[in-house]
Amino acid sequence: MREIALHLMDIAENSVAAEAQNICIEVHEDLQSDLLTASITDDGHGMDAETAKRVLDPFYTTRTTRKVGLGIPLLKLAAEMCEGGLSLITESGKGAKIEARFRHSHIDRMPLGDIASTYLALLVSHPQIHWVFIYQTTDKYGNVDNFEFDDTELKNELGDMPITEPEILKFVRGLIEEGIQATAMQTTGY
Amino acid sequence: MPAIKSLEELKRVREEALQKKKMKATPGNIQVIVAMGTCGIAAGARDTMKSVLNFIETNAVSGVTVTQTGCIGKCEQEPIVQVVIGDQPKVTYGKVNAEVAGQIMKQHVQNGMPVKDYVLPI
Repeated sequence: MREIALHLMDIAENSVAAEAQNICIEVHEDLQSDLLTASITDDGHGMDAETAKRVLDPFYTTRTTRKVGLGIPLLKLAAEMCEGGLSLITESGKGAKIEARFRHSHIDRMPLGDIASTYLALLVSHPQIHWVFIYQTTDKYGNVDNFEFDDTELKNELGDMPITEPEILKFVRGLIEEGIQATAMQTTGY
Repeated sequence: MPAIKSLEELKRVREEALQKKKMKATPGNIQVIVAMGTCGIAAGARDTMKSVLNFIETNAVSGVTVTQTGCIGKCEQEPIVQVVIGDQPKVTYGKVNAEVAGQIMKQHVQNGMPVKDYVLPI
């Protein structure tokens, strides 16, 4: 994976597979504390303690199509390479929260990447899920900027109109891209 | 920042889409499925999906459902895209980069002719 945004997309698919109805993805770029934190919280069927331990092992998977499950171990490794780490809080039947932390300025930290595309792809491909996307930035002086997208209002308004109708797609893409760009400004410096 | 930049604008956009949708009769239900397992994503599936969505947006293609599936066990062929038109059998494509995705959208989804060079024998 070349972007943290791609990892997030991958891990979010686990939440979908766990039959979650509500999934929240939160990214926080904090220049003041020199931290990049990315988390995914879902209300899917979760894991018992034993399984939670085993998903960190690349040679464990519940799938039947191939014998390795690389998603979580890959993200864990990427985070640990950057003086960060990965935590997984889950309980059987009670959803899961997975959080990866990176030292923001670490030379090995992969770029956050195109997080707007990740959010849009998830929103479009799983319309049955209630999505909340958060992107927060804190500049080195501690000023906070925040983009939050909760799809409830959008879906109420759309009714049975699919999100993949060209006009709707354009609107939603614009909304997410602009929101993220505006929030990213203070960490990228332009 | 508000969750929706303008609810009024969304209402207008929705009306517009509804009108256009009525005008164009879609030939059956069209489904474009992008494989988004770890293997697919690492191979570039998000760019493939982005290309599919871009095509829909720029060419105003109505009535297409875009969805995703997990790893189907052909990781070496990723990114994989499947197209289902109406009751016709599912066509599976392999090594679909952004460019090939555009070609599939134009030739297969819009004009009903599969892009033979990329069809996987499944």
